Amino acid sequence: MQSESVGDGRKRIAEPVLRPAVPAAAPGFFTLFRTELTLAVRRRSDIVNPLLFFVTVLALMPIGIGPEPEMLSRMAAGLIWVMALLSTLLSQESLFRSDYEDGSLEQLALQSQPLYFPVLAKVLVHWLVTGVPLAVLSPLLGMMLNLGQAGYWPLLLSLVLGTASLSLIGAVGAALTVALRRPGLLLALIIMPLYVPVLIFGTGTVQAALDGYGYGPQLAILGAILAAAAALAPLAAAGAIRISLEN
Amino acid sequence: MASELSKSPVPDAQSVREQSLAVSGLACERDGRLLFEGLEFTLAPGAAVQVEGANGAGKSTLIRTLIGSASDFTGTIAWQGLAFPRGLAAMRASLLYIGHYAGVRRGLTPLENLAWYGAGQDDAMRALELVGLYGFEDVLCQQLSAGQNRRVALARLYLPDSPPLWILDEPLAALDVTGVAGLETQMNCHLRRGGSVLLTSHQPVNIAPLQRVNLADFSPRMAVEEELHRAV
Repeated sequence: MQSESVGDGRKRIAEPVLRPAVPAAAPGFFTLFRTELTLAVRRRSDIVNPLLFFVTVLALMPIGIGPEPEMLSRMAAGLIWVMALLSTLLSQESLFRSDYEDGSLEQLALQSQPLYFPVLAKVLVHWLVTGVPLAVLSPLLGMMLNLGQAGYWPLLLSLVLGTASLSLIGAVGAALTVALRRPGLLLALIIMPLYVPVLIFGTGTVQAALDGYGYGPQLAILGAILAAAAALAPLAAAGAIRISLEN
Repeated sequence: MASELSKSPVPDAQSVREQSLAVSGLACERDGRLLFEGLEFTLAPGAAVQVEGANGAGKSTLIRTLIGSASDFTGTIAWQGLAFPRGLAAMRASLLYIGHYAGVRRGLTPLENLAWYGAGQDDAMRALELVGLYGFEDVLCQQLSAGQNRRVALARLYLPDSPPLWILDEPLAALDVTGVAGLETQMNCHLRRGGSVLLTSHQPVNIAPLQRVNLADFSPRMAVEEELHRAV
């Protein structure tokens, strides 16, 4: 080996002189998911605050706009959906922040595996701890706002599908703004326009059910949005993280 | 292979260049300010480089450039004869990097942090014992001191199957005297088994063989400023 390199300086050495390089052990998807879930459960305030915001504001609505049952029932689906959107947005800001600050995001970016799976694991946990509780609570809040009984299931289903899309889309904005100390309104400006289609078809699902029509098509579109977001949003977020880490 | 390891790891200049991290004519800037230029050094297997320089001299920028986090540089960086960006993937596959932000999650315990880096339970326990965190395995890192958090990060150096290239940004920061001594011993072990270490530090580090690179020696010539002076 040595004579090879001495004989011809340009020749590549067939075998490294050291031990062969072992690729740094990349955590698998399950490890990533379990770690994120552990962290999320330990930071309980991050789970409870958006949920509390959601419930409190919706409880204030009848006081603010008056307790007439007909008006409330007409507005219920829209109100619940807008509040779900806002509380998702509220919790999105901190999605990558602590990982960015403690350097573990940089460690992930150094690994040979793509950032797609770490981002997906993070978003999945975010959805499980914010979106799913919102969706589960929504029929109860629907009842409080005099939403017609026909709307309970469509509301729940549309929120389950919709909040997953919101978490995924929001991750792109969170990744873009992670290097900023106070993203605040910028994050909202970036991702709000992307939230609009989800909002339209989310409320559309409930409205169709209340009007006595089938709500399958709207749910199918929400599902399609979710499928597209699951495929593309982690890629975009991974790219945005790499850009943020360059500075 | 065995005879290779027992010999001095410096057969001749060209092959050293091909087995290691070689930097030549490197210039980096940050926010429009040129930090250093014409930087040259070679990090061979079994050798260590300590990068020195005043605050703001560009030590961290150099490290971030070397690990490929910052791609804004002129000059060449080559890993085993392959210039960046082509050599970057191979280099990262054999890299253990501990940065200024050490990659320790404060919401996890030391044991969970090491598991996240792919360490098995027994290996992680042993590594934590070696860095003096016996009994703290299951305490949340946010309840540990700055020095103890640094030790959690450094415990990665004590895991088996360590990658050959260590790049450490200020590893001695926040460490006490025994911590520094322990780390120096571990780095010496790593050098003896043919690994290489690149570190930044303000204090002297007792490892051998050590090459010191002072960024002040590569500070940009103030060509523009001189010209301005002449014009005035």
